[in-house]
Amino acid sequence: MKIGVFICYCGNNISATVDVEQVAKFALTLPDVVHSETIHHVCSEPGQNTIKQAIKNKGLDRIVIGACSPRIHEATFQRMVSAARLNKYMLEIANLREHCSWIHEDRSLATIKAIDLVNMAVCKVSRHKVLYPSQVEINPRTLVIGGGIAGIQAALDVAESGNEVVLVEREPSIGGNMARLDKVFPTLDCSGCILAPKMVDVANNKHISLHTYSEIEKVTGFVGNFKVTIRKKARLIDTAKCTGCGACTLKCPIKAPSEFNLGLDSRGAIYIPFPQAVPHIPVIDKTICPMVLKGKCGLCQKMCPTQAIDYKQEDTLIEESFGAIIVATGYELVDWKKLYGEYGHGRYPNVISSMQYERLLSASGPTGGHVILPSDFKKPHAEQREPKIIAFVACVGSRDEKVGRPYCSGVCCMYTAKYAMLTKEHIPAAEVYIFYMDLRAAGKSYEEFVRRAQEKYGARYIRGRVSKIYERNGRMVIMSADTLLGKQVQLEADLVVLAAGVASSSGANQLAQKLNISHDQYGFFIESHPKLRPVEASTAGIFICGACQGPKDIPLSVAQASSAAAKVLGLISHEKLETSPLVAEVNINRCIGCFRCLEVCPFTAIEKQEMRGGAWVARVNPALCQGCGLCNATCLPGAISLNGFTDDQILSEVEAICLVNPEL
Amino acid sequence: MDNLVCLNNTDPKFRPSVEKISGQNLNKCYQCAKCTAGCPIAGSVDFPPHKILRFIQLGLVKEALNAPTIWYCLSCITCTARCPNGVDLAKVMDTLRELALDVQGGKTAKPRIALFEELFLDSIRKHGRLYEMGTLLQYNLLSGRLFQDSELVMPLINKAKLEFRSKGIQGKKEIAHIFRKTNAEEG
Amino acid sequence: MSVQAYFPGCSLESSSREFDKSTHLVCKALDIDLKELPDWSCCGAHAAHHTRHNLSTILSARNLSIATKEGYDSIMAPCPACYNRLKSAQIELAECDKKQAAAREDFNFQINPDLRVFSILEFLAGIDKAVLQAKVKKNLKELKVAAYYGCLLVRPPKLVNFDDPESPVTMDEILTAVGATVVPWDYKVQCCGASLSVSDPDIQAKLCADILEMAKLAGAQAIVVACPLCHANLDLKQGQINRRMSTHYDIPIFYLTQIIGLAWGFSPQELEIDKHMVDSMSLLTAVLK
Repeated sequence: MKIGVFICYCGNNISATVDVEQVAKFALTLPDVVHSETIHHVCSEPGQNTIKQAIKNKGLDRIVIGACSPRIHEATFQRMVSAARLNKYMLEIANLREHCSWIHEDRSLATIKAIDLVNMAVCKVSRHKVLYPSQVEINPRTLVIGGGIAGIQAALDVAESGNEVVLVEREPSIGGNMARLDKVFPTLDCSGCILAPKMVDVANNKHISLHTYSEIEKVTGFVGNFKVTIRKKARLIDTAKCTGCGACTLKCPIKAPSEFNLGLDSRGAIYIPFPQAVPHIPVIDKTICPMVLKGKCGLCQKMCPTQAIDYKQEDTLIEESFGAIIVATGYELVDWKKLYGEYGHGRYPNVISSMQYERLLSASGPTGGHVILPSDFKKPHAEQREPKIIAFVACVGSRDEKVGRPYCSGVCCMYTAKYAMLTKEHIPAAEVYIFYMDLRAAGKSYEEFVRRAQEKYGARYIRGRVSKIYERNGRMVIMSADTLLGKQVQLEADLVVLAAGVASSSGANQLAQKLNISHDQYGFFIESHPKLRPVEASTAGIFICGACQGPKDIPLSVAQASSAAAKVLGLISHEKLETSPLVAEVNINRCIGCFRCLEVCPFTAIEKQEMRGGAWVARVNPALCQGCGLCNATCLPGAISLNGFTDDQILSEVEAICLVNPEL
Repeated sequence: MDNLVCLNNTDPKFRPSVEKISGQNLNKCYQCAKCTAGCPIAGSVDFPPHKILRFIQLGLVKEALNAPTIWYCLSCITCTARCPNGVDLAKVMDTLRELALDVQGGKTAKPRIALFEELFLDSIRKHGRLYEMGTLLQYNLLSGRLFQDSELVMPLINKAKLEFRSKGIQGKKEIAHIFRKTNAEEG
Repeated sequence: MSVQAYFPGCSLESSSREFDKSTHLVCKALDIDLKELPDWSCCGAHAAHHTRHNLSTILSARNLSIATKEGYDSIMAPCPACYNRLKSAQIELAECDKKQAAAREDFNFQINPDLRVFSILEFLAGIDKAVLQAKVKKNLKELKVAAYYGCLLVRPPKLVNFDDPESPVTMDEILTAVGATVVPWDYKVQCCGASLSVSDPDIQAKLCADILEMAKLAGAQAIVVACPLCHANLDLKQGQINRRMSTHYDIPIFYLTQIIGLAWGFSPQELEIDKHMVDSMSLLTAVLK
């Protein structure tokens, strides 16, 4: 056995806190170590070449590298070892950076710890065995979860390759939040004009199957071979018969606040969410339909010319197989009504959210694109007033620790500038005030956009957070400050628009659980690496894009969606996938058939196997096993072992670390 | 050049010392001025609350301790309740008043307000409770506003809402001990 | 009859005696015997915590210690300033072992950390509305009032959390339960100017005028408070406010307990409503006939 040890300086990341030379020197004293040296950057080409040369010249058969976390470069170093004609599992990495130099200050103590870590790695690698990966087939179908702009873009990009895509959307139509927007920054093009064609493309694309009003019920399997159960919620409409004529919606006697228009107007119990909906098929709200609740009414059924209404329809579960999953579940606005008592908890009709203002601006909105005061909605047309003074309040539910939202929405600086311009175009005489804290306009053409709102449209930017909004004589009084003036300021406005912050989509946490991917405390999904693997989720084969990963505008969401699609295409372009040999194995001679392992396995990788004598033992399906080791730890007779992490290997590490080194 | 602030001459220890007494992290303040926006007295002072906090952040000791704002502060706690960063500014104001009295030897920017608070405490030290009538009379005498609120005296007496004698408590010695022990002996 | 430890505070002994009187009447009607804390001392109010933080804490600790030694598990302090000081001191001592030890060793104080401190509002808010309703004898429907909470009844949220600090509702609900008509308004938690009424009455006059104006705009005939200082600034000083601001407000200011008492059939004299500076009797005669 000839072990080589290589200790990385990592610039000064490791060497500033750990005496790497001493570590390397010490390693030479360990049994079977025949070579030890330091390298400035192991990951660099010269660094890798040094190791390859040493393997060749000294005939090394096991390698220990003391460097950064294996999460970062294990795959790189395995490739290097393979290139030097060594089995890639004959490598062990001692994490001297994240586990040592970055978290300690005392150089001598950190050096002792680094020596311990290297000692453990040497002991373990001396017990490594040659392992070979096996291969599984990759299913070339892709599941996209979420039908907003990110999900739509990802689905179209993947389908472009001719591979099959299934797009699942929770709402009755695809389009997401972007479908609600009027015009979009920084070019002020019409949101509908650029989104609607893509929605139609999804519906018409022969490679895309669309499931709207559907949710993910269950996910099993692994990269290349996911099995997903999709719940198609009952629309109470036979979609095969429905022509989308909308006759059914005309006579419905029930009224409920419209989700699409955020409560600014109402919809029936049977409704098509918005005119450009895809699919253009109605849905019945089972919670309020009198026919569903009491068996009385049936007006829509009478109106339907094709007998498409089916009050008895039930949810159906369908099971599909995929090789890859793209998650694009988007965002919701922060629920400011709950959080901001000082802004009235939502009790003033003329204090509205930014998304509601989008609907007021939109030609397809409840006012046909006329900006009128919500308090006047129910008044006769002649008495409806346009606001003359409009105030926009930025950062409502953003950058506010008090309400548990310390992060920036990333979009409200930009869309309030947009509102300033659009408002002036709708009501040229309007006075526009924007209460802000800082102006963040870092994207391409963004700063110019915000400047235009001030220079050309004359929006008055007031730097100060609003403390209170209340009603006085029918107008809204805004109490704020102007920090540039250094004074308290007050403004009476007709309409106040709160730029609500960005929250993760409701249910994101539950979905993350089903997919076994990580999310942060706000429910945003976490990428594998913030810089180098921005669209990969923590589980192989699952990709994330758009605002479900963090607040994001449309250009960034679309860019991420295309990026996720590219990652998927890279994955499914292979017919087969190498699977890690670091999986559990059952020694059938020791197995007593208690099947505790089967109960604890989160990946359903344990199967029951009947022996010739009629006894039952456990068997691990290596394709499903993720090598988590739960079964190994649970197995009472010690029949299960985990390749690469055998009891022998782990115990040798424990022994190494418990042994007091007399030289130190 | 009075309005030139030379940042080299600021006191870097001021912020940490205010933080220590008040228990607040004042680097959390990002100067959004929501405190000023909702402050009942911000419209009546030259330096509204967010500027006072800025003085502390920059180590402008005199500017902070000489600002009348700290005496006008009503402790209504609106700033604290609404601060997006959880800074208890009302508490910081308490700290600044205390420092102003300690550091500046009782010379304060708003002597009348400080005088009233001093007389208030005097009354407690002497009687264990506030003797409203006595304190107000003393205040009028010492503040030079002899006839302030005088029109209210007769109606209050008629309605038996003013006591002519203090209702001292039994534990006056204990109160005196408390004043001594907490170094609040004399103003 | 249940017993409740009672911390009246200095104002309730003199300038706001009607608050004390009506609180006693209302509690008695609820079968609660208020026992005044023996030999209590002043909480120090703003004056102490404004300038002498430790003094402020220890002054309140003395009262907390008396309550503990008397074996009470809660104290009711109608004055919001007393309430705030007692609660602040309790939390400060609970959070700091050093200060706790000092209070014990230097002053021989014993403080039960679980001692509950109530304001009258928090106390009444905890009582079933049906109980409050059942005692109603007089119809107050014609009386339109604005519930005014001020600062310390609902702030800071760290100390007080039985109601929303921005749009509190507990006083509104109590007033509604006893039959008064409560108008919605937006100045529930704006400050009245507190002790500036003595040291800078101009500012206080402006702040109070805003409150009176907002109540008037909301259609209130009277304002209901649960704080002696709010009452003094709005009632005692209303004449001064009118002179300084050239206004003509004539808005009676009631204590919450006075309105409850009225509804429960106590006479205005029993509730000492005639002690108000702003004539409150004419309004009552008009709406109670």
